[in-house]
Amino acid sequence: MVSAQLHLGVAIDAAGHHPAAWRVSAAEPAALFTAGHYLTQAKLAEAASLDFVTLDDTLALQPGGVDVVRGRLDALLTLSAIAPVTSGIGLVPTVTTTHTEPFHVSTSVATLDYASRGRAGVLAVPSRSDAEAAHFGRRPAPAEEDAEAENAEVVDVIARLWDSWEDGAIIRDAATGRFIDRDRLHYVDFEGRYFSVKGPSITPRPPQGHPVTVVYDGPHAADVVLTRATDLDGVRAAVARFPSTKVLATVAITLAETAQAAWDRQRALDALIPFEPEGLSFVGAPAQLAAELPKWAAETGVAGFHIRPAVLPDDLELFAGEVVPALRAAGAFRDGYAGTTLREHLGLGAVANQYQGVRA
Amino acid sequence: MTKQIKLAAHFPGVNNTTVWSDPASGSQIDFASFEHLARTAERGKFDFIFLAEGLRLREHAGKILDSDVVGRPNTTTVLAALSAVTTHLGLAGTLSSTFNEPYEVARQVASIDHLSGGRAAWNVVTSPDAWTGKNFRRGGFLKREDRYARAEEFLATVRELWDSWAPGTLVGDKENGVFAQPGSFVHSGPQFDIRGEFTLPRTPQGQPIVIQAGDSDEGREFAAKAADVIFSRHGSLEDGQAFFHDVKRRLATYGREYGELLIMPAATFVLGDTEADAQEHAREIRLQQVRPETAIQFLEQVWSRDLSDYDADGPLPEIDPDPDAEPLTWGRVRHEKDQLALAAKWRSVAEEKKLSIRELVIEVTARQQFVGTARTVAEEINSYVQSDAADGFVLVPHLTPTGLDAFVDTVIPHLQELGVFRAGYSGPTLRENLFTTR
Repeated sequence: MVSAQLHLGVAIDAAGHHPAAWRVSAAEPAALFTAGHYLTQAKLAEAASLDFVTLDDTLALQPGGVDVVRGRLDALLTLSAIAPVTSGIGLVPTVTTTHTEPFHVSTSVATLDYASRGRAGVLAVPSRSDAEAAHFGRRPAPAEEDAEAENAEVVDVIARLWDSWEDGAIIRDAATGRFIDRDRLHYVDFEGRYFSVKGPSITPRPPQGHPVTVVYDGPHAADVVLTRATDLDGVRAAVARFPSTKVLATVAITLAETAQAAWDRQRALDALIPFEPEGLSFVGAPAQLAAELPKWAAETGVAGFHIRPAVLPDDLELFAGEVVPALRAAGAFRDGYAGTTLREHLGLGAVANQYQGVRA
Repeated sequence: MTKQIKLAAHFPGVNNTTVWSDPASGSQIDFASFEHLARTAERGKFDFIFLAEGLRLREHAGKILDSDVVGRPNTTTVLAALSAVTTHLGLAGTLSSTFNEPYEVARQVASIDHLSGGRAAWNVVTSPDAWTGKNFRRGGFLKREDRYARAEEFLATVRELWDSWAPGTLVGDKENGVFAQPGSFVHSGPQFDIRGEFTLPRTPQGQPIVIQAGDSDEGREFAAKAADVIFSRHGSLEDGQAFFHDVKRRLATYGREYGELLIMPAATFVLGDTEADAQEHAREIRLQQVRPETAIQFLEQVWSRDLSDYDADGPLPEIDPDPDAEPLTWGRVRHEKDQLALAAKWRSVAEEKKLSIRELVIEVTARQQFVGTARTVAEEINSYVQSDAADGFVLVPHLTPTGLDAFVDTVIPHLQELGVFRAGYSGPTLRENLFTTR
């Protein structure tokens, strides 16, 4: 039997997913505020032809004491800074939607798509903390239900703005003196529960048409849903809730040549700071993980996994260098990029423009 | 003392200054165009590349304006991407203090400063109209008279955020497990009441470069108080000198030195092998920039009337502007307030010089102050700077993205030969390059 082809994304936050990672990583703390650190991780992921990297973000400092990483760069700008010097890897920054302007979110993701020539996505996340609300001073932190509903409105309206220019709207017709065909630009006239946007976008439709929209498992769907369920039953339930969406399950990984060595690493990290990751977790040898992932996918129906390496670059190097070749040998993962866009990597296909042919 | 000239490269924008009908005109959106201009500017040892901002597509007579370049990418995203393909060039972006909040602007500019190793600059602008506000959740809530009050407090708040992590608070002690000791901030003012912690350590420049572009009395005062660079529009020698002295004399009030605020007007240029070539080329470019429909639209902008039945090659309309009408054009910066007086002035210019509508518009919008051979353009730029009409210029090429190539290849060597422009960068940060002379 030919295994299903997995989709694989990888989180490249800070010095790794484990809060003590920065203590043991080869990366210098100051390097976490440079583009080079993230480029190193993205290149490792790209060499293994993974689908995409994610970079987390909020509009507040990470909680915790002096012994954890606090502070981070704007995720979308960081991935934009590595876009021109990568060529295959998808770039999926977290973008918060509660205190930001949907218009700016739409144009910045579209521009990341231009800078990466079709490899942009966006993980849309609401801001629910009081700290973030206090940094803006415009409104209190919203209730969960409102935050999620507004997040869904943002995901909807950013795509409308992407579509507000039809492909080919720029005609440069010197004979008639028209730079654009204005009939192929559209006011989106969006009036939602939480905000309104007139449109059109200032930015023409990006290379992918729609950069890939991603959300965490919640009440609303997008192109991709990331589930942080902690067991296979939970993952199966998430897949059932989103039958027509690519669901990827989060897996925190700690790897070493032997299971014993991997557990030694895990215990050393936990001794510095005890930590229970969200989602599935795996501690062991690369060959074991390569055997587990296709089984988990078969048992739950997930399209793939969102890998969170405990320590960067260590666990990503082992994942890219040993787990991926084993998955390939088993026919469970691509040998290289077949296409050039993130939509192509994920098998999402092109999206029709919702305004195509609509005349004002 | 001989002054060293400062130079910036303006990415060609959506004004009719940008000629799109030329076969050499490339994409205004593709990243490759931004990369080309940035690499060219860096090859020429320019101080910075400058990006303008647009937050709503321009409209004329109720429809999206289709005769000029339309559309642009997001400013901060482009600047971040440019940090990957340049090493010394400053990266300046225009960001509205109306349709953003201090925390996010401070964070975006600080992120670009970290990502570029200290090359970020922010051009602070205000955008007061409700028309643009229709693209934003907050709408056009700002009253016109509040624009500088908000901008000033916005900038002050951003500076507090940039300063909120003291130097050395990114400890990074792996051995003892101390990553950082972030500072906190509290800002309580009429415009902003915010508190908490900033997400970034102090940036390489500490305070990224701040640019100001307003020309009103409040704008000049704001710049004298708080900006590093003024992007002005006073191109002629006399206007430039008057503006220069007016702004510089204001610095003392704020305890600032003469050299702490740089004045950089926008400037266009046309080069030729001979003076006559350059003049002829300049004339061709003007005709491309002011096509018949552009001329009529330009007049309509002042008249606030539909003038589409008029012939651009004929005389000006006898009918007067309608000062009470809603503007026909939205989204363009309007510098003239008294439409009737302006129309009267134009009529007399047109009668005196026997100009058609199109010829008049070419005459009154002429902005190519530097036309000539590479040598004469270099000498003229230098004489403007040495006679205190400017500290340097923001050059606006008329072609995307190759419009700066010839300037860098031919004018820069002359400026370097004159000993008034750097042969190499002073240091890795924009602040060092703008304010230190090696």
